[in-house]
Amino acid sequence: MYRYDSIDKDFLADRTAEFREQVARRLAGELSEDQFKPLRLRNGLYLQLHAYMLRIAVPYGSLNPTQLRKLAWIGRTYDKGYGHFTTRTNLQFHWIKLSDAPDIVDHLASVDMHAIQTSGNCIRNVTADPYAGATSEEIDDPRVWAEAIRQWSTVHPEFNWLPRKFKIAVTAAAKDRTAAKTHDIGLNLKRSRDGALGFEVMVGGGLGRMPYIGQTIRQFLPATRLLSYLEAILRVYNRHGRRDNIHKARIKVLVAALGREEFAAQVEAEWEKNGAGADLPDTELARIRGAFVPKSFETLPSVSETFEAARLRTPAFARFARNNLKPHKVAGYAIVEISLKAIGATPGDATSEQMEVVADLAERFGQNDIRVTHEQNLVLPHVRLDDVPAVWAALAEAGLATPNMNLVSDIIACPGLDYCALANARAISVAQHIAERFADPDRAELVGELKVKISGCINACGHHHVGHIGILGVDKKGEEFYQLTLGGSAAEDAAVGQALGPALPYDKVAEAVDTLVETYLRERQSGERFLDTFRRTGVAPFKEAVYADVH
Amino acid sequence: MPMFIRLEAGVFSLAEDPFTAVGDEQSVPPGDVIISLTRFQAEGEALMGEGRAVGVRLESHEEVEALAYDLPQLAVVALAFPKFGDGRAYSYARLLRERFGFRGEVRAVGDVLREQAGYMARCGFTAFEPADGSTLEDWRRASQRFRHAYQRSSDARSPAFVERGE
Ligand code: SF4
Repeated sequence: MYRYDSIDKDFLADRTAEFREQVARRLAGELSEDQFKPLRLRNGLYLQLHAYMLRIAVPYGSLNPTQLRKLAWIGRTYDKGYGHFTTRTNLQFHWIKLSDAPDIVDHLASVDMHAIQTSGNCIRNVTADPYAGATSEEIDDPRVWAEAIRQWSTVHPEFNWLPRKFKIAVTAAAKDRTAAKTHDIGLNLKRSRDGALGFEVMVGGGLGRMPYIGQTIRQFLPATRLLSYLEAILRVYNRHGRRDNIHKARIKVLVAALGREEFAAQVEAEWEKNGAGADLPDTELARIRGAFVPKSFETLPSVSETFEAARLRTPAFARFARNNLKPHKVAGYAIVEISLKAIGATPGDATSEQMEVVADLAERFGQNDIRVTHEQNLVLPHVRLDDVPAVWAALAEAGLATPNMNLVSDIIACPGLDYCALANARAISVAQHIAERFADPDRAELVGELKVKISGCINACGHHHVGHIGILGVDKKGEEFYQLTLGGSAAEDAAVGQALGPALPYDKVAEAVDTLVETYLRERQSGERFLDTFRRTGVAPFKEAVYADVH
Repeated sequence: MPMFIRLEAGVFSLAEDPFTAVGDEQSVPPGDVIISLTRFQAEGEALMGEGRAVGVRLESHEEVEALAYDLPQLAVVALAFPKFGDGRAYSYARLLRERFGFRGEVRAVGDVLREQAGYMARCGFTAFEPADGSTLEDWRRASQRFRHAYQRSSDARSPAFVERGE
């Protein structure tokens, strides 16, 4: 993984010194809350319902064991012994004291981590495929480009005061694990016919109260021109994005207003005039690429006897292997998904002890590599099949072996009314109720891939628009109600879900999901996922079933 | 005379402001003036004909391209920050320097706070009217906060990717 050099370390030290001074000036009353707010936001510090929340950046979801242990230690020392992984692959601590924040960011800096630009109207933490470097599907390592973007976007002099927040994702595989089309910019690495590397550039995706799927403005951008092209997009947006209405300030509104062609034409014109000043020289790209050269993999048989024996002996392990292992590009290795969605737990939460278990496993069995996914799970990308049984046993002991990847209980949920000042309704407990209904793992497996996503308000942090089943908390005369949508997707077949019908009260939501699933099981034809069946039948049978039940 | 902070050849200093900022409703006093784009388009030629230095204040919704042909005659372009979170002027400053080759003074006016000093200096601003009571020392410290920069911009700094190659 990328290691900070002295320049990166100096940069962080300067930033933490600046932040310490800003906090001191705030505590001394020299800065008003209005003046302080955008400064603390650019350092990841939010004011929530009960306390400050600190959002720590995990660039492109990549962590090493030392970093994860430090996060565990911070959770134990300054918070309540746990943290929350987010859909932006960040880690949030929800119970932080303002006066502790400068010390915490110093501790983070000691392991090359920070909370820079994890909120505020600036370029946010860049995300990438969590299987980078491990999947045979990729045509290049997206982390190389994500790291280039991380550096370029850090304290960018021109783009730190944008109309609104700005999110970029990089993927390099046909199967999109980054939700690229829901980003302000989604980048998809491709090779041209002559073998040259480039990006398909998608712009203007985004959720929130007006969901849009990103549109392609360039089919093939030569990879080495990436940063100058991003600069052109950002400049057009910085100049022309709306600043009069916070709800219309995202780039998606500008792209929709101008139309894809006109927006693309403006970007191309700006790019041509601006030249290549922002682009990295080959030497720097090579230096970054060097940080991601594959670890040395052993030459192993593709079938592991230890692994096969454990599978036959232990049904629970066999189930874990079926659901949580993904094929690795090297024979004899596997990608291991660690679910942070234990039945009844808060989606995305991990205790300090759990973080330490994962850090230990990564060190012993996983080439010191840990990933965070936008679906709020963790990944050990490089585990020998021979070691998977031992990894599983340790995970199981720590409550981390829930075999539910991509199943109905692998739910994305925002913090909702439990933490968030903007929420209309609870999201976490709705997720828990649904997970409990599908606690029987046989039934969950029978149902198969089903992505449930829950947001506590229209800001859509839980990505409900792109859930196969989306659930949105709304307020009806002071009571929590939930709007259900069906048929959304955040993957390469991205789509915004379609409303099911009138909103349902809190205690009817899990039941309604159950009914939707039963309807799917009744309607499905061979090999269809929930999403496929919905796309074939439309909303009618689902609607009928749910509202017949409710009334 | 009111004071402002100037950046020249990498050095910040406090200077007396020879320019009078003139609102559209006011009559133009003698001496060097900074006027709005609208006024400049109507009266600029005549004012410059009187042998004085003229600057233009550009609001954040006004396009910097509107000045393209007049830049060689302008002493100052003052870029307005209606709120400090409105970042359009950073793009305008870079365009003035990098695209239009403007060599005169680019001044930050409006809601100008110390926290923006570094960004402004990097984008090519050379004059600052702090609205937060920052002293020269505050301003210098804030703008020199970072020993390194990751991007190429309008200032002379070598970005990290160049430093690393040296
Ligand atoms: S979706 Fe709404 S309730 Fe949930 S975290 Fe975002 S702002 Fe808060």
